Amino acid sequence: MSASRRDAVDAGLMDRFAARGADLVDWIDARFPMTKMLKEHATEYYAAKNFNTWYVFGVLAFVVLIIQLFSGIFLTMSYKPDAEKAFASVEYIMRDVEWGWLIRYMHSTGASAFFIVVYLHMFRGMMYGSYKKPRELLWIIGMLIYLCLMAEGFLGYLLPWGQMSYWGAQVIVSLFGAVPGIGPELVEWIRGDYFISDITLNRFFALHVVAVPLALIMLVVMHILALHETGSLNPDGIEIKEHKGPDGIPLDGIAFHPYYTAKDLVAIVIFAAFFSIALFFAPEMGGYFLEHANFEPANQLKTPEHIAPVWYYTPFYAILRAVPSKGIGALLMAMAIVLLFFLPWLDRCKVKSIRYRGWTFKVALTVFAISFVALGYLGLQPAVEPYITITRVFTALYFGFFILMPIYTSFEKTRPVPERVTYHH
Amino acid sequence: MRSGIAGSVLALMMAFGSVAPVWGAGDGIALEHVLTDVSNIPSLQRGARNFVNYCMGCHSAQYVRYNRLAKDLQISDEQLIASLMFTGGKPHDTMQVAMPAADAERWFGAPPPDLSLIARSRGADYLYTFLRSFYVDDSRPTGFNNLVLESAAMPNVLWQLQGTQRAVFAEGDHGAVFEGFEPVTAGSMSAEEFDQFVSDLVNFLGYIGEPAQLQRRQVGIWVLIFLLVFGLLSWALKREIWRDIK
Repeated sequence: MSASRRDAVDAGLMDRFAARGADLVDWIDARFPMTKMLKEHATEYYAAKNFNTWYVFGVLAFVVLIIQLFSGIFLTMSYKPDAEKAFASVEYIMRDVEWGWLIRYMHSTGASAFFIVVYLHMFRGMMYGSYKKPRELLWIIGMLIYLCLMAEGFLGYLLPWGQMSYWGAQVIVSLFGAVPGIGPELVEWIRGDYFISDITLNRFFALHVVAVPLALIMLVVMHILALHETGSLNPDGIEIKEHKGPDGIPLDGIAFHPYYTAKDLVAIVIFAAFFSIALFFAPEMGGYFLEHANFEPANQLKTPEHIAPVWYYTPFYAILRAVPSKGIGALLMAMAIVLLFFLPWLDRCKVKSIRYRGWTFKVALTVFAISFVALGYLGLQPAVEPYITITRVFTALYFGFFILMPIYTSFEKTRPVPERVTYHH
Repeated sequence: MRSGIAGSVLALMMAFGSVAPVWGAGDGIALEHVLTDVSNIPSLQRGARNFVNYCMGCHSAQYVRYNRLAKDLQISDEQLIASLMFTGGKPHDTMQVAMPAADAERWFGAPPPDLSLIARSRGADYLYTFLRSFYVDDSRPTGFNNLVLESAAMPNVLWQLQGTQRAVFAEGDHGAVFEGFEPVTAGSMSAEEFDQFVSDLVNFLGYIGEPAQLQRRQVGIWVLIFLLVFGLLSWALKREIWRDIK
């Protein structure tokens, strides 16, 4: 057979493969909107071309969700939700299960990584006004995801059944005792017992591996659907749909796939490198990702000297301890989270992006960020002076950011917002 | 932009890594730092010997399997059975203690804790300082007290090696302040030999806290090399695809 003839045969073969492939796609599309969905959410979903680094944390949060689901499934294959066996089963995973240590560290590092990327993702939203009209629901769904995440982290932390698992759960569950009228009964109902026990461990396991993950996945789908309905905002806070070309495509928009899939891939690899450095070289992260006291089995007769929650809850834990009354402390802690839901309505300024907003908001947001980090640090310290006073100051600043927002955003001196996005090649 | 993400994540990690951890140690004395190295196999072997000879009479390491230990510490099965397994059993057994828990509780007030994870919960420095801080105290039933863990139930099992020492206290504004140890009787080891003995033991406790740690670091290096290569490729791909965006 001559070379040219062979090429012709190969070409014919390739054409036949391509034709079969197209037939299969048609067959599926007649029964399931595959191509339609791919277009809507990837190849013809247009996002502004000027996204900066702050815009990778949403995708990274999704990646961490996958890591947690994957590693979590493998952990349940060897973990035993039984107060007598739980601690030992984790050590069995760490020592006897092939690559068990990798799976376990993926999950424990993933928990902290989840909060790191989600906090940065939320801060991005606050900087560029991603919560503002018409994205209020997108923000609220995101906040619900955050609530689920906090619940998921808390429930999961009991499962290794170490001293911090036990006493951390004891402290947090007892907070529900501050609910007026039904407090003590509510606490008993949550624990299913008069103290944190095997019964509590079993129900926390059920909630951690089934109920909350289901809610999380559902909310994440809703979050993405809401995002694709309004379209992504951008660092300039400009609606790109207001300037469309004759083909109906936003002039400043580029297709999510291949442009942002390619860019996000780079971000994912860089993230994976940081994740791996933590996982392989510092999985305890000096006691922040895995607390030292949690390597001691739960002992209900021995209260640890110093009970501190994992770092991602400490800003709220600090607020809880800022006032002497447990009831008011718990109320303040709840308010610290609830206020975030109302951000779209507390902010009266029409300009979205911090780039064109006045100095008042810039100062307020900076104070808020510093307060949040400071409270996170203070929540890890023992409740003694001078920490108590400093905690009160930062708690006041944290709430000031929200409560004064309708005032300082009404008189904001904003700069003119450009018509089109700024993009430097 | 790309340096931005690296910068922010790195800054976060550093922020969390740099603050001193909160140890469970009491407000006794400052802990002495010990340099341990779990890749030092001879040190781990000596530590294993010290552990089975001086600790395992009372303390178990119930999550540690003898044969895993032998493999990681490059000890043959014959050596393992002859010099580390005094209580019989099979190489795939875990390091259990022969002393019944009920007796232990009657003799010491509380059963001696399992030591599998003691280095992870307490830290190497704590163990190193604790084991070297027993001092003569006739008011205690064992005749010894400990500077790190006041009224420790544990007897001074290493006294024949270390010798005995007396703690010297000075009167301070808030009660007695520890000034230093004074030798009372000499042990079979010099101070340097004893420090080496304890640091080998602490090194071994660090190893049994997480036997996978050597493998973990080795795998980590290969993962990072892969990510570097994959990262360069994905960056090149991104540049190529974004070439037409003006």
